[in-house]
Amino acid sequence: MCSLEKRDRLFILKLTGDGEHRLNPTLLDSLRSTINKIRSDPSSSRSVLITTSDGKFFSNGYDLALAESNPSLSVVMDAKLRSLIADLISLPMPTIAAVTGHASAAGCILAMSHDYVLMRRDRGFLYMSELDIELKVPAWFMALIRVKIGSPAARRDVMLTAAKVTAEMGVEMGIVDSAYDSAAETVEAAVRLGEEIVMRGGDGHVYGKMRQTLLREVLVHTIGLDESASSASSGVRNTGSKL
Amino acid sequence: MCTLEKRGDLFHLTLTGDDEHRFHPDTITSVLSLLEQAKSQSTKGSVLITTGHGKFFSNGFDLAWAQSAGHGAIERMHQMVKSFKPVLAALLDLPMPTIAALNGHAAASGLMFALSHDYVFMRKDRGVLYMSEVDIGLPVPDYFSALVVAKVGSGIARRELLLSGKKLKGEDAVALGIVDSAAHDSAEGVVEATVSLGESLAAKKWNGEVYASIRRSLYPELCRMLELTVNNLATHNL
Repeated sequence: MCSLEKRDRLFILKLTGDGEHRLNPTLLDSLRSTINKIRSDPSSSRSVLITTSDGKFFSNGYDLALAESNPSLSVVMDAKLRSLIADLISLPMPTIAAVTGHASAAGCILAMSHDYVLMRRDRGFLYMSELDIELKVPAWFMALIRVKIGSPAARRDVMLTAAKVTAEMGVEMGIVDSAYDSAAETVEAAVRLGEEIVMRGGDGHVYGKMRQTLLREVLVHTIGLDESASSASSGVRNTGSKL
Repeated sequence: MCTLEKRGDLFHLTLTGDDEHRFHPDTITSVLSLLEQAKSQSTKGSVLITTGHGKFFSNGFDLAWAQSAGHGAIERMHQMVKSFKPVLAALLDLPMPTIAALNGHAAASGLMFALSHDYVFMRKDRGVLYMSEVDIGLPVPDYFSALVVAKVGSGIARRELLLSGKKLKGEDAVALGIVDSAAHDSAEGVVEATVSLGESLAAKKWNGEVYASIRRSLYPELCRMLELTVNNLATHNL
């Protein structure tokens, strides 16, 4: 499902196997417990997380086939992903998505929930597919889209044309930080970036708090953070669903 | 005044006549009813293209009509500002992609009307965008500013549009990220380009309800001000 490797101060989380890495309850649980492991590591506040994947897909979104066979599981998957994203947003370390394959819908949200998005330019795209498959988009997805994509025209293109965004397009739109010639080069670049960030030093706990403030609107939706609570003192906990 | 025509998948809303296409209570009612009509006739793959005849797309509210009431002028202005909100709401709620093909100048509420579309194409050779309020000494309604903030990202562009009193030509508007294109040299050229875009969007056969719901969720602040509900209850739609 997913593997965790530690290289010095870099935590490398990988969605393993050649499949679509659909975000079903099992994979979501696996990812959450791995993130928790990372969080509780003593070196966590001086480290960096890199998330990547095997194969053709970063993640092709929720397990829609599963949801169709058992509709109550869509609520479960949504709740588990919200918790995972809330965990990523509060993680006391910078996060890098090394996108080496397609990231669609919920999978695209997962990629974009990272602080840095590095992507291969030769294959793969970011794709908010909902319009093409007649799915409404959860409000909390939109909150992330609005925070991460600055240009109104780019937001429109991503959400209202269901654009298949290549790395180059992503760089132009300000969604992707940089593009590389292959999967391997993308991961190498993520490792180099991670090492640079580690060298800069800094307190991961402060970093995590600042990120929560920046992505406050997303947290309002994912963990029901009270909009009126002051962001500085409100110590956001991972009070996501206990599912 | 204005007409609605259906050609294939494309609805053509046209502000007819060679005048300034100013928004007056009657035009507002007309436009609203035509948008209602388009909504009720919409199917998968429908697209709206709005354009005008002559030198103006629309030059804003009918200030002469307001002023002709003497002491009642302010009342009439309020009436127009209030009754225009549903026009923008109807556009933001329309269950199909919307494209404004600017044949000429768009000022004040006329510019807001244009900006309420998903895509805005201007002419390269003629026509300006002009928020005249700062020159006339008229306050800008809150929902106008909310629309500008929703559709125009850069602080500099917002300032140029709302505070500078500048008449922005096509090239400037594209550079500021206010419009999508100013590449064509005539009204016909712009309409042709928008028809081309319209046809490629129509070919996707998108579900209009889903499209409108995603569009509303792109602009939650603006929708709140226009009293449009932003509901994205997707969990049971997974």
